[in-house]
Amino acid sequence: MTLDDLRPGRECLVKRLHAHDKLGQRLMDMGVYPGLKMKVIRNAPLEDPMELELDGYCLSIRHAEAKFVEVEDR
Amino acid sequence: MKKKKALLALAGQPNCGKSTVFNALTGASQHVANYPGVTVEKMTGSYRYDGMKVEVVDLPGTYSLTSYSPEERVSRDFLLHEKPSVVVNVADASNLKRHLYLTFQLLEMGVPLVVDLNMMDVAGRRGINIDTQELSRQLGAPVILTAIKKGRGKKELLKSINSVAGSERSPKPFLIDYGPMEPFLTEIENEFSGNGVLSKNYPGRWLAIKLIEGDSEALKLIRELHSTPGKVLEFIENKRQEFESKHNEKPERHIAFSRYKVADTISRSCVKPKAAFTQPLSDRADAIICHKFLGPLILVGVIYLLYYLSIVQGYNITNYTWPLLAKLRSITESFLPAPGFIDAPLIRSMTLWFVDSINALLNYIPIFFILFGLIAILEDSGYMPRMAFILDRIFNKFGLHGQSTLPMVLGGIYVGGCAVPGVMSCKGIPDERARFATILTIPMLNCLAKVPLYVLMINIYFAEHKGPAMFFISTISLLMVLPVAKILTLTVLKNKDTCPFIMEMPPYHIPTIRGVLGRAVERVWLFIRKIITIVAAIAIIIFILLQFPGLSDERKAYYDTEKDRAIAGFYRKIEGNPYADYVQGENLMALVLYWDKYKNAKMMAKGKEAALAVNEKFKAENSVFFKIVRPKKDKEAKSVNKAFKKVFSARKKLLREIKKEKIDNSFLGRVGRAMEPYTQYAGFNWRVNVSLLASFAAKESSVATLGALYEQKEEGETLETRMEKGEKGFTPLHALALMLFIVLYPPCVATSIMVKIQTGQIRWMIFSMLFPIVLGTAVATLIFSGGTFLELNGLQAMIAFYCLALAITIGTGFLKNKSKTT
Ligand SMILES: Nc1nc2c(ncn2[C@@H]2O[C@H](COP(=O)(O)OP(=O)(O)OP(=O)(O)O)[C@@H](O)[C@H]2O)c(=O)[nH]1
Ligand SMILES: [Mg+2]
Repeated sequence: MTLDDLRPGRECLVKRLHAHDKLGQRLMDMGVYPGLKMKVIRNAPLEDPMELELDGYCLSIRHAEAKFVEVEDR
Repeated sequence: MKKKKALLALAGQPNCGKSTVFNALTGASQHVANYPGVTVEKMTGSYRYDGMKVEVVDLPGTYSLTSYSPEERVSRDFLLHEKPSVVVNVADASNLKRHLYLTFQLLEMGVPLVVDLNMMDVAGRRGINIDTQELSRQLGAPVILTAIKKGRGKKELLKSINSVAGSERSPKPFLIDYGPMEPFLTEIENEFSGNGVLSKNYPGRWLAIKLIEGDSEALKLIRELHSTPGKVLEFIENKRQEFESKHNEKPERHIAFSRYKVADTISRSCVKPKAAFTQPLSDRADAIICHKFLGPLILVGVIYLLYYLSIVQGYNITNYTWPLLAKLRSITESFLPAPGFIDAPLIRSMTLWFVDSINALLNYIPIFFILFGLIAILEDSGYMPRMAFILDRIFNKFGLHGQSTLPMVLGGIYVGGCAVPGVMSCKGIPDERARFATILTIPMLNCLAKVPLYVLMINIYFAEHKGPAMFFISTISLLMVLPVAKILTLTVLKNKDTCPFIMEMPPYHIPTIRGVLGRAVERVWLFIRKIITIVAAIAIIIFILLQFPGLSDERKAYYDTEKDRAIAGFYRKIEGNPYADYVQGENLMALVLYWDKYKNAKMMAKGKEAALAVNEKFKAENSVFFKIVRPKKDKEAKSVNKAFKKVFSARKKLLREIKKEKIDNSFLGRVGRAMEPYTQYAGFNWRVNVSLLASFAAKESSVATLGALYEQKEEGETLETRMEKGEKGFTPLHALALMLFIVLYPPCVATSIMVKIQTGQIRWMIFSMLFPIVLGTAVATLIFSGGTFLELNGLQAMIAFYCLALAITIGTGFLKNKSKTT
């Protein structure tokens, strides 16, 4: 499954990044890499974007971009 | 050996406090804010410590050092080419793992490094303890703990900088083991190591890593500096593919993941206890601030407060500051040569025009000061990224970005903003395409300066429907901004880079008073320095265009006769009067000035006592003139007074006629007339054309120019009645076309300069001026010609246009964004 499928409150493990170029680079630079545990905290009031918590900090990401992150629900 | 001079670079990820460190070291007041990406250009400063003079460069924050974004390239090029004698890697102690990712890249570049773990106060509060000795041992570089905002750790940092900068050391940096990639790296390094230029200037291992990553700038280096680039590039490409097929992973991924794995191991061994995620306060706050229903409500509240405090209250303050500016004008006036009976010296009228133009802008300073202060609070607290988070969805539909929110609010999303700070605050939008679209559309929002013209038009032509008309004009601008932004991003901007929204949501901070005030002052100063100088220059040009070529000799002679007749009439009436002797020759003009000055002083004087004081003062200055001005029971003085009033108003009328004729004849007047055949379809006559042309310097002047063009028939007639009388053929449809043209009016000079600064290119500044003209003319023509054709009245045309704009907005919202990212 991909990250955009997760509802707020769910935790997951990153398995693979399917994005190339900029988005992939950006995800890696912001600390998203396979093996990382993260949690969906909330969706924005209009549902998009979503806020994630990786260990120690929070990121926001659009669903269209989260689609490129393959995760494993936990 | 001890060096006496050092070059220090501050590098680190966004929002970790580099600029705060920079300010602490150099005593400067660099822009600091609680959101990532504040510093986008490098800044320099210097300080002296213990005999060492240190030049400091604040680099833009970067999460990494690839060549994907301009900031990363700026930072990387600086580190590679300027060869700083020490690099301070500022990192967030409460977030060690992610920051180590960059630290490793700096170490790989072989720069002499000091690691500054900043924000230890935050880390401490979260119960994070860092074993700096262990970390320093593992990294092979000194590690300093600071809480630089509180001034803690500064001394240790200074000492460490001096010792690293002072020591001649061949850095043997900590190197990451890339496991299965190592043989590939060695092979690539060997491939180009024979090349002298490359190996002398660039660390070999670093270059090899960059090459196998496929980094565009590194590949360019090979192309430019290597003797047989084709062969090397092919070799590298083969190696990349070989690695990928062997390990089922792109090399750049493998590199990044290896770095994170090492970062994870190191941070586990040095951070005790392992940072459990706790941001309790920020988290609880966000539960409310980003709440489904409360979030938008709070956002509206914040925007309302921003408007209320700056625009409404700030405007009230201008009531107190305006007299100061008026005083400045009258002081300037007193140094200028006195006006003649009907001809003012050029230097006089030009200087006064100049002062008036500048004053119009200076008048905004209280508003700007409050506005900038409030923005600083929003920035420091960390609310800005939340605004972006809440509104990104809507803006994204129109090709904009969540972070377009603040610029739009500042530009006047309802009524009464200012495009200058709006465009200024676009800096932080990371997505280039959205940033340009925001910059280009902000001038279409309703800034304060457009309001007087709206009010004028609505009062004359929509007097019965003031409320709906005001609502129309306040909201129509956003209904044009959104589709235009979307269309721009689909056309002229389609090749601009986009950037994923992935944005850090920093924890909230409490803003400091010093920081907020400092920033407000600094930005106001920037406004004064950059904007006002250029506006002044343009003001002079417009003055010349409005004044020259001036009157023909014939007309001059005509006005001279008129003047002589008026004066002769005056003397005839007072012949034999004992006061007549006192107003002969030059004294007549002196009396005119005295009269003017007295009237002004009386107007300024508040209260009975002040008025009496004015009387005393003028009596002392010239008792005879005073008698004429206030004759009371003195019969002879009274008759002089009466005759003088006549000649005085005759003079005023002549001055007005001359002014009007000059403008009629002026270059700008001629252009206005020449345009009339074309602009008539939009419903603009030449007078409107002239006022539109003149308002380019600052839109405030549109109403002032109209004021000059529509003569005052009687004393005290308002411009409203003058326009109504002067423009018999003007209908509400004309007015509507004009108002919509003003909405779409090209940015004023001040804004244009900001557009140039923010886009970095004159090209875009010119574009930002041209497309609104085309669009504005098209809309005005549609309204006027279309409305005439369909026989609509003003209100019907207004409703029709509103529906059209709404439909287009909704329609464009559904168009798919062109995507450049994958
Ligand atoms: N609590 C705490 N806050 C700090 C400290 N140092 C900086 N800050 C705050 O952190 C925020 C970011 O600081 P900046 O100096 O703008 O960060 P920067 O690294 O220059 O950021 P960019 O220019 O965006 O890369 C500001 O709100 C600072 O006030 C510190 O030691 N402790
Ligand atoms: Mg900074």
